Amino acid sequence: MLTKRIIPCLDIKNGRTVKGVNFVNLRDAGDPVKLAKKYADKGADELVFLDISATLEGRKTTREMVLKVAEQVNIPFTVGGGISSVEDVDILLKNGADKVSVNSAAVKRPDLINELSAKFGNQCVVVAIDAKEINGEWKVHLAGGSIPTEIGLFSWAKEVEERGAGEILFTSMNHDGTKNGFANEALAKLSQYVNIPIIASGGAGTTQHFVDAFDKGKADAALAASVFHFGEIEIIDLKKEIKRNNIEVRL
Amino acid sequence: MKLAIIDYGAGNIKSIQFAFNRLGVNAILTHDEKDIINADKVIFPGVGEAGSAMKMLIKSGLDQLIPELKQPVLGICLGMQLLCNYTEEGDTEGLGIFDTNVKRFDHSVKVPHMGWNVITDLQSDLFKEVPDRSYLYLVHSYYAELGSQAIAKTDYGLVYASALNYHNFYGVQFHPEKSGEVGAQILNNFLKL
Repeated sequence: MLTKRIIPCLDIKNGRTVKGVNFVNLRDAGDPVKLAKKYADKGADELVFLDISATLEGRKTTREMVLKVAEQVNIPFTVGGGISSVEDVDILLKNGADKVSVNSAAVKRPDLINELSAKFGNQCVVVAIDAKEINGEWKVHLAGGSIPTEIGLFSWAKEVEERGAGEILFTSMNHDGTKNGFANEALAKLSQYVNIPIIASGGAGTTQHFVDAFDKGKADAALAASVFHFGEIEIIDLKKEIKRNNIEVRL
Repeated sequence: MKLAIIDYGAGNIKSIQFAFNRLGVNAILTHDEKDIINADKVIFPGVGEAGSAMKMLIKSGLDQLIPELKQPVLGICLGMQLLCNYTEEGDTEGLGIFDTNVKRFDHSVKVPHMGWNVITDLQSDLFKEVPDRSYLYLVHSYYAELGSQAIAKTDYGLVYASALNYHNFYGVQFHPEKSGEVGAQILNNFLKL
């Protein structure tokens, strides 16, 4: 049976892990390659690198980092952040990334999804959607959740599927950073709207939150950052607990 | 050991090269006929769409060369599917090594089949020291139907052939280069065939 996936997310700036990482027994937590290897060894199913570099030079350094990750890490990984063209994706895939995630650029120019899917195949196109529930309606937000749009979450999810997305990474702005659990209702509804895998993001605080995201939220994968980086939850313990709840995971 | 990875412009093949590097083997990426014929082992990768991948093979003459190879050949993902008779993707005729057809998953499951799933009924030295029900990483929307050449099976809504073998030709639907230690074991086994 296909397992549910656990995905640590690393924020990268100028090729370095920037914030929120506090690993015991790891001398250089700023080295994304070492961190990535560590997570792979600890049982992570995939990794996501989010490039938050603000400069072209910074992005170039991140591309070099991608190559080093591909050389040393034996699980799949996605690279996102600031991707807006076929050329951007081409470079990342040639450097060994397995998938890329596009967010704001796809909202601004939805044809980008069609172009990426046609050129590289839908298996490597993840569309990240940041959304916030306002007065009972889920609205897509841009630029890391700071700019609201009038686009509805569910209609946008359907559209990105039709345009060739292979997977959706849904972050609830209402839940992100709260550590109060994932947006399970919206997640479950997303799974009814589309027939591609959904990655849940935003709100992970406890092991039970992951169980709920899979059980109630019907998510195919769950992504988190700080609970892993600060050692609050060990991936192996998390997976054992998920398994105890009769949810299939890779152990 | 001369190891050639056939480079015909299809997707992320560096990951495969890196995976062999981690095993201490230097693989070359090539579409040169002599390099491929003279290699001890050949990897036939593939990511992307079947129809356009087959066109690239035909354009370069690799569609004629590959079926004539005598050394062990390992098709990975789309590479495996293109070694079959036919695939529904792009209504494409394959190279006809594996006597089976490739179909699209129906809507009873999420497509693509993406993530870690188990392989069972392992029947080849390719899986030496690989436990039954090991987890491998897969990402695909089309699957090869079961047949007598299946050497591994996977269940995703239905049971399909996740690995195939005919004479010196091997094919795996999963990505051994991305499947942790188990994947590395399978690649190492291939090197010893």
